[in-house]
Amino acid sequence: MSESTMKLTLKIWRQSSAASAGRLETYELDDVSSDMSFLEMLDILNTQLIEKGEEPVAFDHDCREGICGMCGCMINGKAHGLERGTTLCQLHMRKFNSGDTLVIEPWRAKAFPLVKDLVVDRSAFDRIIEAGGYISVSTGSAPEANGLPIPRDCSELAFDAAACIGCGACVASCKNASAMLFVSAKVSQFALLPQGQPERQRRVLRMVEAMDNEGFGNCTNEFECEAACPKEISVSNIARMNREFLGASIKAT
Amino acid sequence: MSSSNGKLESRIPAGALDEKWAKRKSELKLVAPNNRRKFTIVVVGTGLAGASAAASLGEMGYNVIVVCIQDSARRAHSIAAQGGINAAKNYPNDNDSVFRLFYDTIKGGDFRAREANTYRLAEVSNNIIDQCVAQGVPFAREYGGLLANRTFGGAQVSRTFYARGQTGQQLLLGAYGALMRQVDAGRVKLLPRREMLDLVVVDGVARGVVTRNLITGAYERYAGHAVLLCTGGYGNVFYLSTNAKASNVTAAWRAHKRGAFFANPCYTQIHPTCIPVSGDHQSKLTLMSESLRNDGRVWVPMKAGDKRPPNDIPEEERDYYLERKYPSFGNMVPRDVASRNAKMVCDEGRGVGPSGLAVYLDFRDAIQRDGIETIRSKYGNLFHMYEKITGENPYQVPMRIYPAVHYTMGGLWVNYDLESTVPGLFVLGEANFSDHGANRLGASALMQGLADGYFVLPYTLPGHLAGRKLGDVDTDHEAFKAAEKEARERTNKLLAVKGSRTVDSFHRELGLIMWNHCGMARNRKGLEEALQKIPALREAFWKDVRVLGEGEDLNQELEKAGRVADFMEFAELMVRDALHREESCGGHFREEYQTEEGEAKRDDENFRYVAAWEFQGVGKPAELHKEALEFENVELTQRSYK
Ligand SMILES: Cc1cc2nc3c(=O)[nH]c(=O)nc-3n(C[C@H](O)[C@H](O)[C@H](O)COP(=O)(O)OP(=O)(O)OC[C@H]3O[C@@H](n4cnc5c(N)ncnc54)[C@H](O)[C@@H]3O)c2cc1C
Ligand code: FES
Repeated sequence: MSESTMKLTLKIWRQSSAASAGRLETYELDDVSSDMSFLEMLDILNTQLIEKGEEPVAFDHDCREGICGMCGCMINGKAHGLERGTTLCQLHMRKFNSGDTLVIEPWRAKAFPLVKDLVVDRSAFDRIIEAGGYISVSTGSAPEANGLPIPRDCSELAFDAAACIGCGACVASCKNASAMLFVSAKVSQFALLPQGQPERQRRVLRMVEAMDNEGFGNCTNEFECEAACPKEISVSNIARMNREFLGASIKAT
Repeated sequence: MSSSNGKLESRIPAGALDEKWAKRKSELKLVAPNNRRKFTIVVVGTGLAGASAAASLGEMGYNVIVVCIQDSARRAHSIAAQGGINAAKNYPNDNDSVFRLFYDTIKGGDFRAREANTYRLAEVSNNIIDQCVAQGVPFAREYGGLLANRTFGGAQVSRTFYARGQTGQQLLLGAYGALMRQVDAGRVKLLPRREMLDLVVVDGVARGVVTRNLITGAYERYAGHAVLLCTGGYGNVFYLSTNAKASNVTAAWRAHKRGAFFANPCYTQIHPTCIPVSGDHQSKLTLMSESLRNDGRVWVPMKAGDKRPPNDIPEEERDYYLERKYPSFGNMVPRDVASRNAKMVCDEGRGVGPSGLAVYLDFRDAIQRDGIETIRSKYGNLFHMYEKITGENPYQVPMRIYPAVHYTMGGLWVNYDLESTVPGLFVLGEANFSDHGANRLGASALMQGLADGYFVLPYTLPGHLAGRKLGDVDTDHEAFKAAEKEARERTNKLLAVKGSRTVDSFHRELGLIMWNHCGMARNRKGLEEALQKIPALREAFWKDVRVLGEGEDLNQELEKAGRVADFMEFAELMVRDALHREESCGGHFREEYQTEEGEAKRDDENFRYVAAWEFQGVGKPAELHKEALEFENVELTQRSYK
């Protein structure tokens, strides 16, 4: 595909710390190549800012391959932008048109406090995993791998849930800032696998409790999370988690 | 025979190859379960190596402190690995074995690795698969419910386990889950968004680290009875590589400056199947999994300068050069061979695409043979990724690929117990030099990281803890104060330059020097030129770099500047190593030393050793120590993939 260049107007959220006030700043950018990734476009902006003596825009990123889950921001109100199944780092500028205005903002959720500019604190996700997002098997105690055949369909379904990269787009796109898609993906992965059975009930109860403690909102079935998820994790996981939770709660009482 | 080479005590146990590890384990001291909590272990890095080690040590009852750069332990660079992980399970019944996996690895490494280490790696490989499956890692399965395998670069058996194109992600999430379980249990204290800036050595023993909190800018000190560096590879010295952006040499380099020898820094792996560079804006390169070579055919036009669209070039005017030159391995030759051949055809002017620096990887025949659906089910996500990045549809036109820096076989020198030349400093995963010699085979880095962390270090660490007298050291110790002061001064110095050029512009320039002079092909003249250019660039950097802002909050330019400053020092060592090694082996190809057919020509008589370098000061040549490599179980042959 042939390369073209474009002009863009960027309105970017600038906020130097959680304590200070933030505002949208406007920047004009010429010569954006259609072959660039969105993050490379931000790199170019930052280079220009530094050359002018202005502080560059802080944004999280690492792998730039759509797998680490580090990047993410809102583009015109959409988490990771409009293209489905795509992280910010995998979004390419050929998806935009010359003359476009892009409003670029951080994830907004009470449970994701702002750190600086487009960077937020997602450690709440780690604390939810800490509460049970694993199978308790200490090193050395595992049985022979092929001792436990697992039907392929079941393993594939578990994989679909396991593909979550923990980026937080689901929370950012939800009007209630709910973390149900994230939590249900982990709960589902293990609920679907035979290895996950011994801790099945304890896991869902503890993870949901941790999620509630972090201040995420409730799910009201808007399904914006699924639409925003770069790994296209299905909301059917949420339904499964609700069943798991209900079942476990009845047993627990 | 235990070989001693001056200051290098490799500690390889005596005895038959397949008894060495058992022997070493039986000799190693133990720490009793109720004493373990008295020991604190500082782990730097949460990739496969760090997460697996920290989780295992926590389970055993040690006190563990873990730091990493990313905002979550789950995001370490290991997450990006695509293709798979090897093990000698022999499930497909194709006559694989521990010995064969060992042999392939040692041969693939062009006989520049230790037999004993490589054999141990193959030995524990099967335990890794068991462990990961028990953790719920969703490896690919057959309809019967048992695990599936595939072949992977450079192997004639199917021994690679995989999880779609996301093997690294799934393995890392397994290890991360195990780690978080220990956080929950209170045995592991996890500190993300911290960068290690120095190693603290007290009475000759590694006793902790100094880090900078990347959010607050605060300097922090962590003390313990041992330090594990699990900080990954240094491929980003080339600026453009397939590594994640934060991958760095800083932790390893600072440890090197504190006495840890750096081994074989010139051994770098250039991966043959990456998406070509598209312009000056390019910030990193994307790997297309090597598994694509199972079905894709590599070719360029016969004629130089042939600009026709690929589908217009008739069969008889295409050169399937790998199939032509290597009939038995064909498109599956090891990475170094595939990369070098791509460079050769591009140097002949037969490269394709706008830059002329690319070759085709064509699926036309595979689609005709197996149907588009089969190809989609195998490689759908990779094709999708390719299309996103390039805007081209690989089901219709051949992919364009070119080699890119991918992995570094060199790293801190460690003995058989994974301990560096600084007692108490252990190095795991890609950060050490130990198992891959001069070239790593596909799907064996994940295996090594997890072998080190799950099954080797937990056995060898008690040898240090129980074997040495370790006095009480806390973070008020003079050595901690001094290390923190140095780290602070270094940061302040970077902020004080207030020059005119961005950090990235220096990094790109360094990368270009390295790519041109110390990349896929090297020669004396080029390397000597690099030795002139690097110190000059380093000087320019310290005079003219522009890092805005303060050190007291999140400052990503400052982080980058610190890493680039270390790359500038490290690059020189890498070039010196490449210059001194007057032979070609694996990923180190010296143009002066090649066979008539253009293959790497080793010099076993003079260079059958590990080059371990001792730091002497910035800009001063490091001192070379040699660890001779003994081969008692394999015959040193010229690698042939014809
Ligand atoms: C795109 C790609 C695909 C790959 N595919 C495969 C494959 O299919 N099979 C295979 O076997 N191998 C593959 N590899 C290689 C393999 O992924 C790596 O070699 C391996 O994952 C490295 O693991 P590690 O634990 O040693 O380090 P890493 O995963 O790199 O982790 C490094 C850790 O150290 C931390 N760290 C680094 N520096 C500092 C510092 N100064 N202070 C604090 N913390 C620090 C980081 O935060 C991180 O947590 C691939 C590599 C790439 C780039
Ligand atoms: S930077 Fe890793 S997912 Fe975008």
